[in-house]
Amino acid sequence: MIPASFDYVRAGSAEEAVAALVEHGDEAKVLAGGHSLIPMMRLRLAVPEVLVDITEAGLAGITDAGDHLVIGAATTHHDVATDKVIETHCGVLAHVAATIGDPQVRHRGTIGGGLAHGDSAGDLPAVLLALEGTMVVQGPGGRRTVPASEFFVDYLETAVAADELLVEVHVPKLDDSWGWDYQKFTRVAQAWATVGALALVSSNGTISDARVGLTHMGSVPIRASATEAALAGQSTDAIADAAARAADDTDPPSDLNADADFRRHLATVLSRRALEAAVG
Amino acid sequence: MTTTENPIQANVGRTRLRKEDARLVTGRTNFTDDIRLPGMVHMVVVRSPMAHAKVTNVDLTGALDMPGVVAAFSGADLADDAGGLPCAWPVTEDMVAPEHKALAIDEVAYVGDGVAVVLASTAAEAVDAAERVVVDYDPLPAVVDMKAAIADGADLAQSTLDTNVSYRWPLANGDIDAAFDGADVVVEREFVQQRLIPSAMEPRAVVAAPMGVSDELTVWSATQVPHFVRVFLAAVIGIDEQNLRVIAPDVGGGFGSKLDIYAEEILALVLAQKLGRPVKWTETRSEGFQATIHGRDQVQKISLAMDADGRFRGLKVDLLADMGAYMQLLTPGIPILGAFMYSGIYKMDAYDFSCRGVFTNKTPTDAYRGAGRPEATFAIERIVDEAAHELGVDPMELRKRNWIQHDEFPYEMIGTLTFDSGNYEAATARAIEMFDYDGRRAEQANRRDSGGTKQLGIGISTFTEMCGLAPSRVLGNLRYVAGGWEYAQVRMLFSGKVEVITGTSPHGQGHDTAWSQIAADALGVPFEDIIVRHGDTAVSHRGLDTYGSRSLVVGGAALAAACGKVVEKARRVAAHLLEADEDDVEFSDGAFRVVGSPETSMTMQEVSTATFVAHDLPDGMEPSLDSDASVDPDNFSYPHGTHLALVEVDTETGQVELLDYVSVDDVGNVVNPQIVEGQVHGGLAQGIAQALYEGAVYDQAGNLQTGSFVDYYVPGAPDFPTFRTDRTVTPATTNDLGVKGVGEAGTIASTPAIINGVIDAVRHLGVNEVLMPASPRNVWTAIQQAAASGSADSDDAQAAAAVQADDAGPDAAAADNAGQAQHAAGDTGTSTGGDA
Ligand SMILES: Cc1cc2nc3c(=O)[nH]c(=O)nc-3n(C[C@H](O)[C@H](O)[C@H](O)COP(=O)(O)OP(=O)(O)OC[C@H]3O[C@@H](n4cnc5c(N)ncnc54)[C@H](O)[C@@H]3O)c2cc1C
Repeated sequence: MIPASFDYVRAGSAEEAVAALVEHGDEAKVLAGGHSLIPMMRLRLAVPEVLVDITEAGLAGITDAGDHLVIGAATTHHDVATDKVIETHCGVLAHVAATIGDPQVRHRGTIGGGLAHGDSAGDLPAVLLALEGTMVVQGPGGRRTVPASEFFVDYLETAVAADELLVEVHVPKLDDSWGWDYQKFTRVAQAWATVGALALVSSNGTISDARVGLTHMGSVPIRASATEAALAGQSTDAIADAAARAADDTDPPSDLNADADFRRHLATVLSRRALEAAVG
Repeated sequence: MTTTENPIQANVGRTRLRKEDARLVTGRTNFTDDIRLPGMVHMVVVRSPMAHAKVTNVDLTGALDMPGVVAAFSGADLADDAGGLPCAWPVTEDMVAPEHKALAIDEVAYVGDGVAVVLASTAAEAVDAAERVVVDYDPLPAVVDMKAAIADGADLAQSTLDTNVSYRWPLANGDIDAAFDGADVVVEREFVQQRLIPSAMEPRAVVAAPMGVSDELTVWSATQVPHFVRVFLAAVIGIDEQNLRVIAPDVGGGFGSKLDIYAEEILALVLAQKLGRPVKWTETRSEGFQATIHGRDQVQKISLAMDADGRFRGLKVDLLADMGAYMQLLTPGIPILGAFMYSGIYKMDAYDFSCRGVFTNKTPTDAYRGAGRPEATFAIERIVDEAAHELGVDPMELRKRNWIQHDEFPYEMIGTLTFDSGNYEAATARAIEMFDYDGRRAEQANRRDSGGTKQLGIGISTFTEMCGLAPSRVLGNLRYVAGGWEYAQVRMLFSGKVEVITGTSPHGQGHDTAWSQIAADALGVPFEDIIVRHGDTAVSHRGLDTYGSRSLVVGGAALAAACGKVVEKARRVAAHLLEADEDDVEFSDGAFRVVGSPETSMTMQEVSTATFVAHDLPDGMEPSLDSDASVDPDNFSYPHGTHLALVEVDTETGQVELLDYVSVDDVGNVVNPQIVEGQVHGGLAQGIAQALYEGAVYDQAGNLQTGSFVDYYVPGAPDFPTFRTDRTVTPATTNDLGVKGVGEAGTIASTPAIINGVIDAVRHLGVNEVLMPASPRNVWTAIQQAAASGSADSDDAQAAAAVQADDAGPDAAAADNAGQAQHAAGDTGTSTGGDA
């Protein structure tokens, strides 16, 4: 398919990008890796009049900031998946990034795009929720931070306003007490998750903190709060019962791969497996 | 294990790297979309978003006002410019086929049916303008489900029809009533062959140039069948055949989807003439999902009658085949190709087949890799497994009791074909050895005992198929309008280099390489000295193209025959120049030698040059070694093999993982082992894809819900284990090369192997059927339904329980599909079941 015609602005910095967004208002869209946006444009499901390309706006890169890591929004999935600093301090994020699409997708798609797109079927939201990461957003009035828990607003909608840019993603460094696993359930190896369950657990026999992020279990990515609550302070024996509550209060979509009931069932099985692997 | 191996020659029988790959892989070649001509305009087709509707108005004015637009037409505007799309296989005298115009005029019959075209200077302008075409539709009821379509009082897929049933085609042999009446056990099933979307890597594309731009009308098309396109376009549009040249440049895959005459080919040529400018159309991928033919889509009711010891007595098949909205080139004939294959490799006394072709408001179906034979093979290989379960014998053992023994060939089978050669014992023995069948059965039993959530299943498929299409006389008897011969020409150039012309039209198969190998050995010239030309009706004026695993079997045989003629002419020249008697001149290793004085010799190249200059030729001899041959085989060829799959089913999620796959194919003699290996691997992937991943889904309104690769899952390399393949060699006796064709074997064999494996893994849970694709959802649903009906293994009541799986749960289709192990009247209780 051929997209409708559009103007193109290549921003040299975050400031330039924001200026272009302010100038063009709702007609403009940020272009990062283009691996979600361009397919939508080709199908004419999105018809922006202006694209503001941020791939050369100095927004790519990974920095060790002491107790946390700062990842530039334009850092590709491939770089996140293979970076040594991330591997060492936040291996779960590298692992999840490596499950995204195929090598071609990972070399173009970006962490910022994967989050700002706000698709609950994407793999990154669940891990950011579980990590309790922070997004740094820049607008005409400067920068602000948004905790992951407040970032995902609705289906394909995030806290990033039309004249704002996601510039950085902050994730905590995990010490050795943390174990993790991501159960991504797909129809073919290189596909979006039918359901995904991300477990991040701090334990020493007794679970001090268990977090479960769920992919594709609602219009926004969510955490399995009932499961998490049932595990706090418990031994790992509590996992099976706690995981059985992973789909409590969820309203998952129905599609050809899974109706809502099957999704709920998968969420419980995958959460149990992820938790068991995380503590195992 | 190898039974008879053809002698490996300098080239034939050895792997040679494919000559064509460098240009194909780098893209430094012409695919149709690469062709750009001066003054060319781009065509976009406006398509119906409704499955079935009256077209009440087409307003083109908005489009005509858009920048760059050259012209726009509705179906009514072009009504008199061309006839309908051709159907070359009216399978019965009274078959009903509604007219199929390139653009619908009054009524659209599927989502994707063309209603208007817009032509503009650039493709982007044409797309923008096409959005401005306003079409008014008056919706009609959509016919989506075949069973509903054949019910009394059903809505009609087109208002010109009286019934949705296009034809009924029977095939019967033997006394079927006697076979069933006297049977101890009858197993009956209904299988659903879901609709598949062929998904060739290169989308369809066409460029048409009018007279004046070239000296003749020229059409470039991403097609498998340039010769068919020439004949049919000329007829449909009313062009003198000699003035139409059709070129299939390099073509990126087809799998049957480019074995057709499409609306866009007709439109491009009609409009090129009308506008006096070249017209290009390239399909978008989403468009291809709707407007390129689909495959399969059949419902198969099958019953197998057996003696108590498992000997097969008779087989009944009642088939519903979804034609879609219209008949394309071969649509009605596809299930007929399957009709001959339902008895598989087995002997039996009687066979009764009947097929109804049914119209629905969906994309037309047509040939898709295997075309009819995968469906048939699935049905027989699945029901044999169910029969084995019913009898309580190992499924491999039941096959052995019934298959044709190697010393019984040639064998006239119940489906009325004569199988010329085969050795099922040998292929199976090799597969069992490679797979470690007994070891795997033990492993499976251990897993069962451990009671875990990952259960193992072993899937078997001992298949054969008919290919090498085909004997023209047989095709004529089946009312196919074309023949099945093939053509080759060998041109000996001045320097002794060689041009091979073939009437086949490769689109990924590697004919450049294989044909070079055959000619190199036959003519005694180096492989590198040969170029193979194809796919252009001005270069290869005769040919019937590439489909049905026919190219090597028929086209390769034609090439061998043409090479033989060259050698005979060259022998005459050599004898003359060597001053010897022709009978005393031997040809080997590229040289003509006089018997008894081997140092007196001439190479083929020397003879070629001498013939070209023609200074000293035998009296009366034409100054040319060039030769051609047309070959029409007198039988099909029948590849066979044994495929074994080890699958793991996650009983908690329904996820299926293929752990190991062994295939032992017998495709007769082999020209290039690596090409054969590639065909087997690709074929397996495609057949496994039907079993596990792919399936086109329509909603009740006739909208294609799997309209892109986001929803239609074509697997990739990471989804498969490394296939373990081997071959046995039982040469075909029906062509001089002894080859059988390998293009479709893997696809035909693998689907039932996988599904048999999946069911074998969860049969103890009471599952005896699963809908394809065996997606997690479908497998999990089958497990849940079996659990709900309490049909899981108990110590003594398994067979009874398996029968109960019938009245499982609410999923209508799955319930329809659930097993029906029926005992014939007077059942003596032979069926006690139990895991074999
Ligand atoms: C074949 C294929 C398979 C895929 N498989 C997966 C998968 O398995 N899992 C998965 O999670 N994803 C998958 N994806 C999506 C992929 O990860 C995308 O790259 C990602 O969703 C979007 O990132 P992007 O950089 O390409 O963003 P773009 O496509 O450029 O943009 C996406 C959206 O985010 C906005 N945006 C981008 N960057 C910013 C920013 N810094 N600030 C504000 N707004 C911004 C854009 O305006 C747009 O609305 C797949 C994509 C493809 C094509």
